[in-house]
Amino acid sequence: MLSVLAIAVEVTMILTLVGVSYGTLDGTANRARGVGADILFRPPGSSAIGLSSAPMSDKLPKLLMQEPHVTFAMGTMVQPLSGFDTINGVDLEEFRKLNGGFHYLQGGPPVNDDDMVVDEFYARQKHLHVGDTVELINHTWKISGISESGKLARLCVKLPVLQALTGNPGHLSQIFIKLDDPGRAQEVVDALRLKYPGYQIYTMEEFTSLLSINSVGLLRNFIGVVIGIAVVVGFIVVFMAMYTAVLERTREIGILKAVGGSSALILNILFRETLVLALLGSVLGIVLTYGTQWLMRHVVPASLVQETVYGWWPIATGVAIVGALLGAIVPGIKAVNQDVTEALSYE
Amino acid sequence: MSEPAIIQIIGLTKTYQVGDVPVHALRGVNLEVGKGEFVAIIGASGSGKSTLFHVLGGLTPATSGTVRINGRDLAGMTNEERTNLRKTVVGFVFQKYNLLPTLSAEDNIRIVRYIANRNTEFDPAFQEVVGLLGIADRMKHKPRALSGGQQQRVAIARGIVNSPAILLADEPTGNLDSENSAAVLKLMKDLNRRLGQTILMITHDSDAASYADRVVRMRDGCIV
Repeated sequence: MLSVLAIAVEVTMILTLVGVSYGTLDGTANRARGVGADILFRPPGSSAIGLSSAPMSDKLPKLLMQEPHVTFAMGTMVQPLSGFDTINGVDLEEFRKLNGGFHYLQGGPPVNDDDMVVDEFYARQKHLHVGDTVELINHTWKISGISESGKLARLCVKLPVLQALTGNPGHLSQIFIKLDDPGRAQEVVDALRLKYPGYQIYTMEEFTSLLSINSVGLLRNFIGVVIGIAVVVGFIVVFMAMYTAVLERTREIGILKAVGGSSALILNILFRETLVLALLGSVLGIVLTYGTQWLMRHVVPASLVQETVYGWWPIATGVAIVGALLGAIVPGIKAVNQDVTEALSYE
Repeated sequence: MSEPAIIQIIGLTKTYQVGDVPVHALRGVNLEVGKGEFVAIIGASGSGKSTLFHVLGGLTPATSGTVRINGRDLAGMTNEERTNLRKTVVGFVFQKYNLLPTLSAEDNIRIVRYIANRNTEFDPAFQEVVGLLGIADRMKHKPRALSGGQQQRVAIARGIVNSPAILLADEPTGNLDSENSAAVLKLMKDLNRRLGQTILMITHDSDAASYADRVVRMRDGCIV
């Protein structure tokens, strides 16, 4: 039973990590889509998942609005916080023009310079209500509104305030562009890339497709490491369980060998038992994954979003089986090499 | 002996190494057992009779000498060949029954058929043997639910289910009271008479040995 539980933890570890990776990236993609723009314009050298500075002039949106088919361009500033969190500076009036603005569940848009809008998940995780204060980037913010999630970012403040606080007056991190015809997005992107070489310019579809595990080298490597650890954990757990089982069943193995049981039969029994342990552990692990999902949804709904990634169920099960079978090899060899007469006299 | 020898032992020796000290368990044993014979080997503890049982059953190799079972020489047999010998040529009955505790009596017998790649269904002739052994109504029970006598009967059924040429029994009544001992020995005698089963029984009990056709005595690793 303990072995099954340990294998279950191993499977849960893999599925939770993968689920969180998918959830975080999909959440970012959904919020980007929620802005309602057709093109994303980013500074040279920026990556798909992170922006650490604001190197673009705030005069760029006006220039971009003079391009063919561009009806509107809005710049924002992104200041990274801990983990995947960011605080975004945005001109609320421009944001409203782009997509109708935030839908407020409580309160309303920022009025004073210290006002901040947070989304429902961030508010739930931090137990925030309108009127509460929160300390971020060495500044005390007052919650003016709690918005529905899924647009731009979880935390938004007035653009000039954030620019000033971070020492980036007149600078932007990214620009959202709206077109008169979304079908021409690729055509406009191609034209902008020629005119603004070096800038990272994507259609929104292209940008969201980049937010995948395979496109983010760090995540891919991290998942690889966790899978490696999981295989080692499975190996150790099953090695110990099977080694103990072989010791406990020394006499039974001796009996089987005495009545003509071959080495292949003994190995077959052990490996089948291992396979059952790994499969039971995998099923339990998958069930436990729903538990971690529930926990994250209720404890840290803003920081960690865990998706159920069905495609990884067979992969995690495969990892558990491989680790378990590797762990059964040494005990299997011990069982096969046991002397029959000694085994029969084992008490 | 009216039948040709099914067991032929010539100059058999077995030496164990205990630390740096060699222990000579068998010192040149010579013996022939005819087909259909019921032979008892009797001797005190340490006389080498259990070692002889293990060598004859292919459970441990001899140090020197010749052992032929059903015409096949055990010397030089590989592990795999000895395993095959135990599957079909030799059946075992142990003092401590050695039934698999997690299986029912029936499955303890069936698994031996399975190991020998035979049909696991019992034929009518074997059903009759089960009836003769008096365990027909206990077949679905696990060993812990059976008395010592019943467990030993199941072990005998397991020992002969593949119709081995020889049934080797090591102190089969060693853990039984006198009533059950007598019943088990009678059954073995019955199997020998009715089915012509060759039986080689190791015992230290002269009463048990009296059920055999022939009694062979061992002392200090030799037949005397």
